[in-house]
Amino acid sequence: MSDTTLTGTTASGSETGKDPAPDAPNASGATNAADVEPAADNRARAVKAAPADPQRRSRRLQWVLAGLAILALALFPIYQGGSLLYIGLTCMAAAVGAVGLTLLTGVTGQLSLAHAFFLAIGTYSYAYLSGVPGGQAVQYGGLGLHPVLGAIGGVLLAGLAGLLFSPIASRLRGIYLGVASLSLVLIGQHVLFNWDTVTGGFNGRPAEPFSLVGFEFSNDSPENLFVLNVPFGKNERLWYLFLVLLVLSCLFARNLLRSRPGRALQMVRDREVAASVMGVGVARYKAYAFVLSSLYAGLAGVMLALILRPTPDSFGLVLSISFLAMIVIGGLGSVVGAVIGASFVTALPALFQQYSDVIPFLAQPGSGGLDAATLAKFLYGGAVVFVLLVEPGGLGAVGRRIIGSISGASRLTKRTVKAANPQDSPTTDSLVSQGDKGPEREAPDRASNQSNRDEEHR
Amino acid sequence: MTLFLELVINGLSVGAVYALIALGFVIIFKATEVVNFAQGSLLFLGGFTISEFSDDFGFFPALLLGVTVAAFGALLIERVLAIRGSQASVNTLAIVTIGVDIIIAAELVRRVGVDARTLRDPFGADTVSFGGVEVATSRVAAIVVAAILVGAFFLAFKYTKWGIAMRASAEDPEAAALMGIRRSRVSAIAWILAGLLATVAVIFLVAFPTPGLDGSVTRLALKAFPAAILGGLDSTGGAIIGGLLVGMAEQLALGYDNYLNFLGGGFGEIMPYVIMIIVLLVRPSGLFGTKDLARV
Repeated sequence: MSDTTLTGTTASGSETGKDPAPDAPNASGATNAADVEPAADNRARAVKAAPADPQRRSRRLQWVLAGLAILALALFPIYQGGSLLYIGLTCMAAAVGAVGLTLLTGVTGQLSLAHAFFLAIGTYSYAYLSGVPGGQAVQYGGLGLHPVLGAIGGVLLAGLAGLLFSPIASRLRGIYLGVASLSLVLIGQHVLFNWDTVTGGFNGRPAEPFSLVGFEFSNDSPENLFVLNVPFGKNERLWYLFLVLLVLSCLFARNLLRSRPGRALQMVRDREVAASVMGVGVARYKAYAFVLSSLYAGLAGVMLALILRPTPDSFGLVLSISFLAMIVIGGLGSVVGAVIGASFVTALPALFQQYSDVIPFLAQPGSGGLDAATLAKFLYGGAVVFVLLVEPGGLGAVGRRIIGSISGASRLTKRTVKAANPQDSPTTDSLVSQGDKGPEREAPDRASNQSNRDEEHR
Repeated sequence: MTLFLELVINGLSVGAVYALIALGFVIIFKATEVVNFAQGSLLFLGGFTISEFSDDFGFFPALLLGVTVAAFGALLIERVLAIRGSQASVNTLAIVTIGVDIIIAAELVRRVGVDARTLRDPFGADTVSFGGVEVATSRVAAIVVAAILVGAFFLAFKYTKWGIAMRASAEDPEAAALMGIRRSRVSAIAWILAGLLATVAVIFLVAFPTPGLDGSVTRLALKAFPAAILGGLDSTGGAIIGGLLVGMAEQLALGYDNYLNFLGGGFGEIMPYVIMIIVLLVRPSGLFGTKDLARV
């Protein structure tokens, strides 16, 4: 029903001579050609004869929503400051890291618990490369490079660490990789604690503020900066830097997923053997995914260094696990989902903490009651379990379904959601319906005999 | 020399405890192909229950309660996993156990607070001496108890109906199912056993030379991962050997810490992980694990 009404409005829109939307005319025009008597749509019909699909409309809706979200985020510092702004900054840093992890774990299917380690490399490389020597109890060094160089160095060094780990990563399969990467975090933390000339030891070290062509992302130079009568301090300035970085990261990841290498990565996840038969170098692509994800982690690490004083303690297994939770809650392999999941996992404890005196059942930490941190852990642990068992597509899939039903593409969107999802991909479904859940090593063999077996069963 | 002997005995003891936990991992993995990241919090749950009740009821009744609670908790996780069990991938289920682990650990950490608790085990702070080497009684008891439990497990694994059923369904799930073996029952028993082993292990993990039970116990339990992986995730014998290897290496590295100073203080703590990485580089499926073969 919504189909026809929507077409009706666009039709009247073009009759009155108004162009509905910059990138719209083709699609709506084609629908007109199919349903309504066209007035001046011959051009559109010539361009595109196929009926306009609701999927296209839902994609357009997605772009509009993304644009609105970015706009809202861009306006945020004008209306809000203080701790909410700071929470937002941590969310954005986490989101960049989560997008990186979802490329590795969600898209390529390589379970990694080492993300915190790569984050730490980004953070401390930045802090060391562009930092200045100092410290009282523990002396730490610094090269004093320009912050831009430091940031680039941080990202690249994290990528290099990923490259160094990738020979191990590409040799190990499935769960062995997950556990091996766990050791990377623990060994890495040991190094961080001990290498105090770089990390400042247990108490950490400060990092220099970022600056770009003379404009410093801190409270001074230029001092007392006002935009629309709002004082723009460190957090407000960083907000826009982070927003740009986040949007760029997301766009890159999204485009990657739709490109040839992106599809190869997904193929590696779904069927390694089939991928190698199709000419995808499995080991090479796994290494590629590892490097890419650690580059993202490095960037997230640099962003973290800009907003807090990094201590080795914070780059432990807990951080790795919360990154895993982020991408699971958002929906494995979904870029937007990773951003949503990151905001959920990062902002929740902080918001609970902030409003702990307003939320009635929250107690002070240590008093034995339910404190904010514990409640947040319950919620995100529970969300992980719930998402994986009930809605494996995560929040991303829920969002897509809502957008789909708004734009009348629910049927189509459901199908795309399904296909985008490792657990529900057609091959897995049919394997399961045959009633055999054999070990992974036999699966490729089965997949190739799929059609025969299906017939035998009937 | 005395130091070396003492370290070897401690290493054996700690290794035996790791072996118990690792055996739990392996049993669950063999039965269900799930890697249970919640093992640490199961162990915590068992230990916490014992510490709650050992004041009023004495140690052994509390132990019984602890084992029951941990086994019940394990069974509950198994049921939760079974919601999607046959459809979800192995990685997915592993992440679900991480989620469960977050919840249980958060609650227990909150309840335990910051002070380490004692389980009031019968070994207390006693020591025994072997030819001039002083060792805590609890360490020796750990070796004995672990040996008995592991022996009993291997006998059961070989001769009881459950053992045969489990080996059969690990070998070929489909054929086993066709022979009338209930996978659900096999996996339920596997989880219960893992809960039991974890609870016994926690007694020795937090006994005398260590400060007691607190939130860090899950991190101790994590060291059973290298143990299980070293031996190969699907090899029960490998878990025992892996556990002993890891325990021994860790204790030796801690004992000779001053020779390892160039690697940073407390290198022994991460020794298990270093060994694991090295072994995995050479043998990607562990020492005794089944090689992952793919036919094209």
